[in-house]
Amino acid sequence: MDNSMKMRAKMQGDVAEVKVLIKHVMETGLRKDKATGKLIPAHFINQVNATLNGKTVLDMQWGVAISQNPFFGFKIKGAKTGDKVAISAVDNLGTNFYGETVIS
Amino acid sequence: MILQRRPFLKGIAAAFLVGLLRPVELLAATWNKTAFSAKTVMDAMMDAGYGGAADSTDIVLKVPDIAEDGSIVPVEVTSNIPGTVSMAIFAEKNPNPLVADFFFSDGAEPYVATHIKMAKTSTVRVAVKAGDKVYTTGKEIKVTIGGCGG
Repeated sequence: MDNSMKMRAKMQGDVAEVKVLIKHVMETGLRKDKATGKLIPAHFINQVNATLNGKTVLDMQWGVAISQNPFFGFKIKGAKTGDKVAISAVDNLGTNFYGETVIS
Repeated sequence: MILQRRPFLKGIAAAFLVGLLRPVELLAATWNKTAFSAKTVMDAMMDAGYGGAADSTDIVLKVPDIAEDGSIVPVEVTSNIPGTVSMAIFAEKNPNPLVADFFFSDGAEPYVATHIKMAKTSTVRVAVKAGDKVYTTGKEIKVTIGGCGG
């Protein structure tokens, strides 16, 4: 596991609130390099999957308009303290990202 | 030595397969390139499977009225439509309007929060799929400095 992902999962009543931050440039492919005048190639996370105790709860498809160092939050009903939330992500160049945390 | 070579190679191959296949299994659906490449919000909605969406007041879209920095615009969506299975966010005047598509399964509430880039002042549109019906709502955000320039 690398440290490119920060996660927090907390119970609010019977719903777990999960917040995730992934370190990534999220380059659109539409920006020009000021020095060379050439387009900077697109480089962005495009698929993200969230699981609760190994079972998918949320699948995401992203385009280039998700902000740099993506943040996302979601809610899981029926989760409980101690349950495991895991995030897998992959970018358009095939780099994988993974993070997991325990609900508090 | 020669006898032991085969199982050794098989072991390496198996390790590679396990390592390589895992992310693919987890990320089941294929990325919808057509929808993400669409140039208009109408096309993007159609290609993402939200074509012909009916206006709904049961989608709660929480966004700022004015975004000083178009590169980080907070968007929070809650769907109060029963049976919501997915929702998509569009920035109508971005070069490619589709921003993201979210698919909910067991236990996930029809809610999502994220930060998006907006090229200029425009409507942020959310589309929701519930059963075989599609719904939508939108809200204009004034963008002071665009988020896609270089």
